[in-house]
Amino acid sequence: MSVFKQIFAVTGMNLKSVPQRLGSSFVIVIGMAGVVGVLVAIGAMVQALGDTLLSTGSENRAIVLRNGATSEISSILSPQAIATIMNAPGIARTPEGDAAVTTDMIIAVNLEKKDGGLGAVAVRGVSPQAFFVRPEIELVEGRMFEPGLHELIVGRNAQLEHEGLEVGDRIELRNSVWTIVGVFKSGNSHESGFLADVDTLISAYQRTQVSSATVLLTSPGAFDELEAAITADPTLDVQVLREPEYYRGQSEEVQAILSIVTTVVAGIMALGALLAALNSMYTAVSTRAVEIATLRAIGFGSAGVVVSVLVETMLLAVVGALIGAAAAWLLFGGNTVSMGNQVSTLVFQVRMTPSLLGIGIVLACAVGFVGGLPPAIRASRLPAATALRAV
Amino acid sequence: MAAIVSIRNVLKGYSRGKQRVEVLHGLDLDVEEGEFLALMGPSGSGKTTLLNLIGGLDRPDKGEVVVVGERLDRLSSGRLAQWRARNVGFVFQFYNLLPVLSAERNVEVPLLLTKLSAKERKRRVHAALELVGLADRAKHKPTELSGGQQQRVAIARALVSDPVLLVCDEPTGDLDRETSDSILELLQLLNREHGKTIVMVTHDPKAAGYASRRLYVDKGVLVDRTMGAAA
Amino acid sequence: MKYFPLIWAGLWRKRARTCLTALSIVVAFSLFGIMRGVTAGLNDAIAEFTSETRLITQSRINIIEPLPLAFLPRIESIDGVTSVVPYGYFGGYYQEPRNQINTAAVYIDEFLEMYPEFVLPQEQLEAMMRTRTGAIVGRDLAERFGWKIGDRIPLGSTIHTQRDGSSVWELDIVGIWHMRDERVESDDIYFHFDYFDESRSSGNGTVAVFMTKIGDVSRSAEIAERIDALFANSPNETFTQNERDFALAQIEQLGDIDFFVNAIVGAVLFTLLFMTGNTMMQSVRERIPELAVLKTYGYRDAGVAALVLAEALILCAGAGLLGLGIAAAAFPSVFEAMGVVPLPLPGSVVAIGLAAAGFLAFVSALPPALRAQRLSIVDALAAR
Repeated sequence: MSVFKQIFAVTGMNLKSVPQRLGSSFVIVIGMAGVVGVLVAIGAMVQALGDTLLSTGSENRAIVLRNGATSEISSILSPQAIATIMNAPGIARTPEGDAAVTTDMIIAVNLEKKDGGLGAVAVRGVSPQAFFVRPEIELVEGRMFEPGLHELIVGRNAQLEHEGLEVGDRIELRNSVWTIVGVFKSGNSHESGFLADVDTLISAYQRTQVSSATVLLTSPGAFDELEAAITADPTLDVQVLREPEYYRGQSEEVQAILSIVTTVVAGIMALGALLAALNSMYTAVSTRAVEIATLRAIGFGSAGVVVSVLVETMLLAVVGALIGAAAAWLLFGGNTVSMGNQVSTLVFQVRMTPSLLGIGIVLACAVGFVGGLPPAIRASRLPAATALRAV
Repeated sequence: MAAIVSIRNVLKGYSRGKQRVEVLHGLDLDVEEGEFLALMGPSGSGKTTLLNLIGGLDRPDKGEVVVVGERLDRLSSGRLAQWRARNVGFVFQFYNLLPVLSAERNVEVPLLLTKLSAKERKRRVHAALELVGLADRAKHKPTELSGGQQQRVAIARALVSDPVLLVCDEPTGDLDRETSDSILELLQLLNREHGKTIVMVTHDPKAAGYASRRLYVDKGVLVDRTMGAAA
Repeated sequence: MKYFPLIWAGLWRKRARTCLTALSIVVAFSLFGIMRGVTAGLNDAIAEFTSETRLITQSRINIIEPLPLAFLPRIESIDGVTSVVPYGYFGGYYQEPRNQINTAAVYIDEFLEMYPEFVLPQEQLEAMMRTRTGAIVGRDLAERFGWKIGDRIPLGSTIHTQRDGSSVWELDIVGIWHMRDERVESDDIYFHFDYFDESRSSGNGTVAVFMTKIGDVSRSAEIAERIDALFANSPNETFTQNERDFALAQIEQLGDIDFFVNAIVGAVLFTLLFMTGNTMMQSVRERIPELAVLKTYGYRDAGVAALVLAEALILCAGAGLLGLGIAAAAFPSVFEAMGVVPLPLPGSVVAIGLAAAGFLAFVSALPPALRAQRLSIVDALAAR
């Protein structure tokens, strides 16, 4: 008999006996389901967080901040800086012929969360050109705010997180009461906040300076030209960043922390699953010692025995991984998660991606292989005579 | 002498799947104190079932079982367990020692149920091992002992709580002739010198030869074919 | 404990299997200890290092909204208030915005009185009070950057600019302070609020928050309410909390950490339940004849079941304790890596862990224990 035929035959026999060993087979399946479930659930969250933040940035846009400012909220731009930006080269034009620039002012307001307590929401004042600069912003309900009136539109995700954000509701900001006139979606972090007219917001807050400027480039390649022109005057003390670079910087730290947590937790759990696999396969091999010895006695090679044990372990582990991923998907898929700090809250939906499932299956195969190998080797070394006598 | 075992009109059957198998049909048996009784008979004749009734491991469907002055058929399983702990020692064909415990620990197992101090337990364990001739093997695990030695440990375990009755199920069934003889001589010694009443199931006529009385069980009833010595 | 050898021996009947099971319990409980420790430990740290005798007043709109410095005397006039310090959040960094340094502009002398946990030699405090551009630097920070008294350091701000447009302040180190509790990092910089307020280009005459010291801790809620009442219906409504609630609210805003920790810990324990349950089941199945022998010798049904339960309990509690021990050993460094004080693992976590181990033992051993209890001697011996 060829080695492959042998392997095939022995593996088939092993797998047929799995139903008789349901208890210990379950241990592998459930152990792996736990690992992959946790891995996929946290992984999906980390990924959704990153996607939400990163998709806010576009290669076609650049953002100007005060030098030294690490985020828009701590940045201010002088009127001279704004004038320089408006006249810089490489900026796209709106159909009306204006420079495609929005000068934004960010403020924060504490609102009641749906699950209790206060959470901060970012209110972004934007220029009329903002909807040309950020075409992903789309009104889904109500109407656009009117410049000069205390009106604002709210993101769909902000609505999910906070109380009282329906069209027609009123919100108290500094010195003034604002009316919600519309709801928008943008598929990125802006959706967790509010939008209003920048000049109206500035005068309500009695300020003179905006926080940042966002520029739509004629092409991604126009960035260098723009940066050179804006930073030519060092007294302006500003920095120009490609938008994706800025948002990567915003998510870097939290993603790094979460990735470490995921890796450590999933790693420890994988170790547990590995022990479970070792345990049940050693048991499987010892309960079938006679059967295996009989096969060896009638002339089956050790390769068939080794491979069959490995295949069984890996198959069970992969089944577990699929169950775990499915459970995570059913429990957490589409869930709304919020992460906040004192000045803003990011709200996003957990999404399962095929790559996470892929990682889960690869991990399952690895755990199955490593956990199955020592018992497989023991099985192949079972001296036929001793095992048969053990009846 | 007084009857230590008195069985009257006992019926016992088992369900094997949907079938009902009657094993003992209205059986009577008396065993006198100090007897060494061998129960013989073909497989499935009911001799082990009878032994289980005598040892208080099982209860009859009908009839009366009085052993060491107690109506076993009326005891709850908890009381039965207590009764066994005090009155019976068991010896099995396959020794049934706990493989992870040393010989002395195995022998000590029944004593754990008593209120004896650790010191007293130790003393009794060693006396029992001494009696079966294995005092020097006290620290060995069963796997380090031969079949005959393991059976001696099992006998020591049966003796250690000083029961009046020893119940042996094929005690030499797994041993060679020579070892069997030495085990049977030991049982005979326990019967004659130490006054233990012994009921032994065996299918080996030579083994039965060591007993003071032999009874044949066939199809669930006793067939008296007493031969030779005292009845 | 005369049954101990019997239980112990039963446990080690299959050495490899017991070791593997014990090891997975160890792994699971170290994970449990560290994860629950982080959530419970944060609360412990807050309880230990914050005081309800200090109140923090922020803008009701949001903490980044400044409050007028003119509020200070009004808060000070409230009965029960000992002192009020303005807190200017500077957003400091050294050389690169990445090197963030927690820097604040305060009234140094009153601030240090309010925080007796900060230690600064008297002559350095006197020097500080004489030096307009002076700063006191945390000892750990000074060591990290090799700073010493007399150095002049350029400190950048991610938030503020000076009147000349520069976002870098030159500060003179006149003192090096440290925390009385050596476990706590001393890595903040404090400088004079007056100097900060006069030199910045915007926001003059405002503060980020006010810090208020009160004499009687039992009046903290009442005084907080009275502060907020002073400014109700003004453009600058305030929100006052004691320091502890303030810290708790900040953690709460991070997101639902507890939910994730519990979900993970739950998944781990559930998985473990199956593993130990299976191990106990197999172990009992293999020992059916042995258990029957115990019964023939007069062990009661409940007694045999108790032996099985005791075995599981020793396994789970022993391995669980070891796991929690590993967690306790690793915990302070985990906390330190998170930037929190290296506190010991909270006792409550160990207690809950042990209870969980007991529960695990009980639930996983219950089916096999019942099986052992119901076991009929006659059938078990016949099965040989």
